[in-house]
Amino acid sequence: MNRQEYLKVVDKLTPKENTGKDALNAFLLGGTIGFLGEGIKMILTSCYHLTVDDAISWVLIIFIFLACLLTSLGTFDNIVSKFKCGLIIPITGFAHSIMSCALDYKKDGLITGIGANFFKLAGCVLLYGTISGFIFGIIKVIINV
Amino acid sequence: MTLVYSFLFCGLLCLIGQIILSKTKLTPGHITSLFVVIGAFLAIFGIYDKIADCVGAGANLPIMSFGNTLTNYVYEGYLKSGVLGLFNNMLAGVSTGVVAAVVFSFIIMIFTKPKD
Repeated sequence: MNRQEYLKVVDKLTPKENTGKDALNAFLLGGTIGFLGEGIKMILTSCYHLTVDDAISWVLIIFIFLACLLTSLGTFDNIVSKFKCGLIIPITGFAHSIMSCALDYKKDGLITGIGANFFKLAGCVLLYGTISGFIFGIIKVIINV
Repeated sequence: MTLVYSFLFCGLLCLIGQIILSKTKLTPGHITSLFVVIGAFLAIFGIYDKIADCVGAGANLPIMSFGNTLTNYVYEGYLKSGVLGLFNNMLAGVSTGVVAAVVFSFIIMIFTKPKD
C-alpha cells in the first residue's frame, strides 16, 4: 500500500463530524453560560449591592469552581466531547485544562507529577496572553500618551 | 435585555471557535491562544470594553477578556507609575481567574483518587 492509498483509507475511516450540529451545540451551551453569568451578576448587584467589578469576579470564581468540581467527577469530559468549544472558549476551559492535568499526573508525585505538569495546557494561554498583552499594552501607551 | 446580548455574544464566540475547530486541524490549545491574542489586540483601541459595556458579563466569561484585561492593565500601570508600571501591574487584573483556578484545582485534586 503506498502513501496515497493509505491516506484514502484514513480519510474513509475517520469519523465525519457534523459541523453544523457541533456549531449549534457550541452556540447554545456557550450562550447559556453567558446568560447564567449575566443572571448571577444581576442577582449579586441588585440583592447584595456589590459593585459590577466585584460581581463579575464572583461570577468567574463560581464558574471556575463548578468547572473544577465537574472535571474531578468526570462529567465535564463527557460534556466537552459533545459540546467542545461551548465550554473551551469560556473561562471554564481554562479551569478544566488545569484540573485535568492535575488529575492525570497525580500518580507521578507532588513535584515531578503535579508541579511540573500543572500548567501544561493552560501554559499556552498564560504565555501568549502575557506576551501579546505586553506588546499591545506598549502599543496602546504609544498611541494614547 | 443584557441577558439576551450575553447569550448571543458568548454563544457567537463559541460558534466561531467551534467552526475553526471543525474546519481546520488546529487543536483547542491553538484556538484558546488565538482568542487571547485577539482579545489583547482589541484592547488597544478599547473595542472590547465598549462591547463589554453593552453585553455585560457575557463578554467577561470568554477567554478573550483575559487578553483584554492584560493589555488594559499594562496601560493603566504605565499611567500610574511610568515604565515600571509596564511590569508591576499586568497580572493584577487576571489574578482572580488564575488564583481561583489554581487553588480550587489543587484542593479538589487532593480529595480525588488518581486516574489509572
